[in-house]
Amino acid sequence: MAVCIAVIAKENYPLYIRSVPTQNELKFHYTVHTSLDVVEEKISAVGKALGDQRELYLGLLYPTEDYKVYGYVTNSKVKFVIVVDSSNTSLRDNEIRSMFRKLHNSFTDVMCNPFHNPGDPIQSKAFDGIVSGMMVQTG
Amino acid sequence: MESLTLSDVEQKYYSDLFVYCDTDNTKKVASNGRVLDLFRAAQLPSEVVLQITELCGATRLGHFGRSQFYIALKLIAIAQSGLPLRVESLNSVKDLPLPRFVVGKNEAEARHAALYQDSDSQGLYPASATAVIPRPPGRGHQNKKGPPTSTSLPLNTAPEPTSPVVSPHQSPPTSPHSWRKHKRQHSGGNPDRPPVVAATGAVWTQFREPQSGPVSGDGMWSSHSPPLPSQESWVSFTADTPPSSTLPTMHPSSVQESTTIRTVASAATTNEIQRQSSAYDDPWKITDEQRQYYINQFKTIQPDLTGFIPGSAAKEFFTKSKLPILELSHIWELSDFDKDGALTLDEFCAAFHLVVARKNGYDLPEKLPESLMPKLIDLDDSAEVPEPTTDVGYSASPVEVTPSKSPSMPSLNQAWPEMNQSNEQWETFSERSSSSQTLTQFDSNIAPADPDTAIVHPVPIRMTPSKIHMQEMELKRTGSDHNHPTSPLLAKPPEMSEEAKLPASMKFVAANTVGDGYSSSDSFTSDQEPITRQRSQSGTSPEALKVVAPPPPPPRPHPSHSRSSSLDMNRTFAAASATGQPQPSTIAYPPAVPPRPLPTQGVSGGGAVLTTTSPQQIPQQPNFADFSQFQAFAASEQPSSLPEVDKHSDSGQVGRDGQAEIHLSTVNSGSSGPLAPPPKPVRRRLKSEDELRPEDEQHGPQKSNVIAAVLATQPSIPRSVGKDKKAIQASIRRNKETNTVLARLNSELQQQLKDLLEERISLEVQLEQLRPFSHL
Repeated sequence: MAVCIAVIAKENYPLYIRSVPTQNELKFHYTVHTSLDVVEEKISAVGKALGDQRELYLGLLYPTEDYKVYGYVTNSKVKFVIVVDSSNTSLRDNEIRSMFRKLHNSFTDVMCNPFHNPGDPIQSKAFDGIVSGMMVQTG
Repeated sequence: MESLTLSDVEQKYYSDLFVYCDTDNTKKVASNGRVLDLFRAAQLPSEVVLQITELCGATRLGHFGRSQFYIALKLIAIAQSGLPLRVESLNSVKDLPLPRFVVGKNEAEARHAALYQDSDSQGLYPASATAVIPRPPGRGHQNKKGPPTSTSLPLNTAPEPTSPVVSPHQSPPTSPHSWRKHKRQHSGGNPDRPPVVAATGAVWTQFREPQSGPVSGDGMWSSHSPPLPSQESWVSFTADTPPSSTLPTMHPSSVQESTTIRTVASAATTNEIQRQSSAYDDPWKITDEQRQYYINQFKTIQPDLTGFIPGSAAKEFFTKSKLPILELSHIWELSDFDKDGALTLDEFCAAFHLVVARKNGYDLPEKLPESLMPKLIDLDDSAEVPEPTTDVGYSASPVEVTPSKSPSMPSLNQAWPEMNQSNEQWETFSERSSSSQTLTQFDSNIAPADPDTAIVHPVPIRMTPSKIHMQEMELKRTGSDHNHPTSPLLAKPPEMSEEAKLPASMKFVAANTVGDGYSSSDSFTSDQEPITRQRSQSGTSPEALKVVAPPPPPPRPHPSHSRSSSLDMNRTFAAASATGQPQPSTIAYPPAVPPRPLPTQGVSGGGAVLTTTSPQQIPQQPNFADFSQFQAFAASEQPSSLPEVDKHSDSGQVGRDGQAEIHLSTVNSGSSGPLAPPPKPVRRRLKSEDELRPEDEQHGPQKSNVIAAVLATQPSIPRSVGKDKKAIQASIRRNKETNTVLARLNSELQQQLKDLLEERISLEVQLEQLRPFSHL
């Protein structure tokens, strides 16, 4: 279960960011922001020639003592970032992948909505629902 | 039966009545109770009714079709106004008052009667007001006509503020019903045609409310169930389309009617009309007229009713309704059922309906109401049969952007778990490349021809997962791990089971391992049960050969969205394996050839060891045949070392890779023994198999080693045994079978490779096209 989920546009501004409210949200925002550097580094590591080989799932971006940050980038350079609690060791890599997959699906659905302008903050209830389902269920 | 020309008012009234009587929704009204009641309510002598029935042709047909019903109604009106009943009079009588129905169950008709008055019968209205019957007691609904203030309120034609006359069947009069408010809304010049028309559109729908909500004066409006928008509100945002154009069955007759309709339209544009009542049973149901209206609107955008409206056109259209974009966005999310950015007729009707509802003040639901879900829709609104959900033939391939939608949408339930929906969406993908699936599905559980010889038939598992499998695997993984008493999972240390529990797409959950090596083609779900086949070679010492279930096929990459991410997912999985990370979900494991029973004495010695080893081992490494046994006796000079190796591997094993290494090591050790020569030619052949598994790079060698080991052991059998000719022959037979199996596997894999290469090429081409738009 994630503690923070963020969707960042190509221009690196957030389209959607949501964290477990009990914690200091600013900290998560900052974490997500710094993780963008790692994301950029990873996606630029693969050269242009290998553009299509680049995998969408970036994996663990970096761990801290409190949490781990995972990244995922779409072909249109929209980035998804998930922050999970380090104490939550039962999360497998595949589960993270499936979370990203779900996020990507929901994001695509949001994009399909003609009333949604790409670049606007995401206000879809369906998307919110998906994200809530992935967040840590805090009391 | 000649054609019948109805005024607009009449048209509406009759259609309402028809719908009211059409309880079965079959567009044909049999001579059922409602019709009879209706006719009885007309307060005509029975012979007149009979005559009417005959005239309209119902007796001929045996039931009332829509036209018959209309004719009957018109005849009733004629009869009620005292004119002789003649067919010719159907069209000739002008300004006929609408048929009045008195008796009460048909409160709708009663109210209609009160409302549907033409100008001439204004005077009749007070009279008919007496005929207005409040809702039957069963409805619990209070209705009342407003006072006839024909001055400024054009709609306030007749109804008296006092309680209407109650028929003997009815309960005491009910409290006044404030249509007044409703009628007040209708502004604008109302010429002769009483705005009854407008009111009717609004009011009659109100009558259809379910019996919920107390009625009390003005507050009633808010208690109505979600609305069926009235005709007025329909046009609220299509600024200029008069409703008359939306009812194709109407016969626009005189200017009178058209002005009335325009009045309706203008009244609608004020959009202060409160909620409208709903259908009898379902607040979100779309009535026929509404549907017709929606269909006509659809036609204005997209003439082909089986086609669909692109998102941009729909956006413009719905933006005209002046709802906030956020709400429109939500409506879109609800109504675009297949999430493809375009609206079919059904989706469009649902969206339109939601827009109208919203405009009338109703909150949008969180989920699409059932009655709005896209189904097979006839324009006749015949009853649909929901199509099977999972196997809908979406013509859209994952690559196409604008698939041609089949007009018959499946009746998907939005409340599905997301998996279903996503599965359904990427079902197309799997269907496309499902050709190879059929090849691998051998008949399971082929009984050994000779139980004694213990021929183990390899049963290939389908290589590519189907959705069902994956679901079942998930279920079984989560469910059965603790349920199965004999599952080796329980025997394992908990962390092993943890490893074995591969999330989501991983198939061969450990339980498979011990299980059935010969799981049927679609039942590695059933592989959870450990099935131990005992093959006794010569009946001496039965070995417990735990046949490892063939590994589940690799998960089909999730084409989670038909357009974009399917490509990504392909790459994801393709790349994932290329990265060499342990990607359980992407690795394709060939069906493991079950270990051959080995008729060696050394086996019996090692067998005991093996039996202890394998329970621990198998759960870890479900995909590999438990050829450690082979190793054990193949390298019979090292019977003890191998089990120890395995044990070590068991304890230290964390992932499949470790196991693979151990197997490799065992293979190597095995081959280092007297078996060195035989494996070599085998290996050469297996190398080609490696090439065929592009996503299997890291495990290809393992697989080849597996097979090498398997095959390697077999030549060793005759060597080491040497005495049991029968066993040798059996083993030869087995070898041949294995050969055929592997040959078949080879062909399948080649087929898969071809498919994948094709896909890859197409994706590369697409990427090239898109490349200019991406900038790193």
